[in-house]
Amino acid sequence: MEYLSLFVKSIFVDNMIFAYFLGMCSYLAVSKNVKTASGLGLAVIFVLLITLPVNYLLNKYVLSPGALSWIPGMEGVDLSFLSFIVFIAVIAAIVQIVEMVVEKFSPALYSQLGIFLPLIAVNCAILGASLFMQEKDFVNVGEATVYALGSGIGWFLAIVSLAAIREKMSYSNVPAPLKGLGITFITVGLMGMAFMTFMGIQL
Amino acid sequence: MKDINWKETLLNPIFKGNPITVLVLGICSSLAVTVQLKGACVMALSVIIVTGLSSFVVSLIRKSIPNRIRIIVQLVVVALMVILVDQVLKAYAYSVSKTLSVYVGLIITNCIVMGRIEAYALGNKPIPSLLDGLANGAGYGMILIIVAFFRELLGSGTLFGFRIIPEAFYTAGYMNNGLVILPPMALILLGCIVWIQRGVQKDLQEK
Repeated sequence: MEYLSLFVKSIFVDNMIFAYFLGMCSYLAVSKNVKTASGLGLAVIFVLLITLPVNYLLNKYVLSPGALSWIPGMEGVDLSFLSFIVFIAVIAAIVQIVEMVVEKFSPALYSQLGIFLPLIAVNCAILGASLFMQEKDFVNVGEATVYALGSGIGWFLAIVSLAAIREKMSYSNVPAPLKGLGITFITVGLMGMAFMTFMGIQL
Repeated sequence: MKDINWKETLLNPIFKGNPITVLVLGICSSLAVTVQLKGACVMALSVIIVTGLSSFVVSLIRKSIPNRIRIIVQLVVVALMVILVDQVLKAYAYSVSKTLSVYVGLIITNCIVMGRIEAYALGNKPIPSLLDGLANGAGYGMILIIVAFFRELLGSGTLFGFRIIPEAFYTAGYMNNGLVILPPMALILLGCIVWIQRGVQKDLQEK
């Protein structure tokens, strides 16, 4: 039950885009049509699902204060100041590996995701999820994985719906200075307000 | 060696080529810290320092970075700078660093830092790169501070935690606008800033 609650909460209430503004750069840049948007969304879910459990294990057994107690004589070591650099290195490395594996075993998927995969290494949503994981103190890997899946799906939903709105909006008459970027900001703001109705949901 | 137009390098990123409103870089980690002016100022300062120093360092070692692994090298340099800033904040401004929480760490993936390194520092000498980084950080910080100014003034009636709107207004029935504190309002304010800027500079408008 806690898993389900965490899952729904990370999709709707703690939505990466609307509650924390994470991954905004690629969110605004790649949301011009639904097809590419869903490609990027899928890639984000995929990378989150792999990196977050790995970073969770690293955080639990290497980085956090006293985590090295499984090595005799290292009980008092606190490596938490290294967490940024370790997380980003893990993310960059895993993105690279995922890219190579996908290229080898599924060329069709690779040609769809191709350009987006390297971009994901610098997507704030991925690093953000790892940093939130560090703050939230999950009990086990299962919770971290569910959180990763939930926030990935939340991001996917957000980018696909924005892309759908922008496709429709290209037919409407927007004031010239607002065209493009300005109206997109305002649309995202309004969507964020709609998502706020999920606040306080308990399962 | 080509001449460098110092004034252009410094002023262009602040107004005409502003990283947020024109290039759409680095919105990611920024908007959540604009509820309070104080947090926004600290964040702006951190970003200025990180962009400046990491552009400088990458530019120093630009000739010895192999092209294929440059992204990882850049990420390591940036992460190093962010760790320095984070440790300084934790030591000297602990309460602010608590309110900024994960957003200091997220400067690493802030597209402005990587974008300026890719676009400028890799091809220019260290000192102009340092200035370019500082100026881009400043352009970003300026937008952050403008948004935070309106959000704190309208949302809590204070600036830097000091009361600006007098008590008499509240007794006369004025109320703080709670909506401005919530995340979506930051985006709408930013949309309005873009609107004003593009209204003034017509050549930036999109077709």
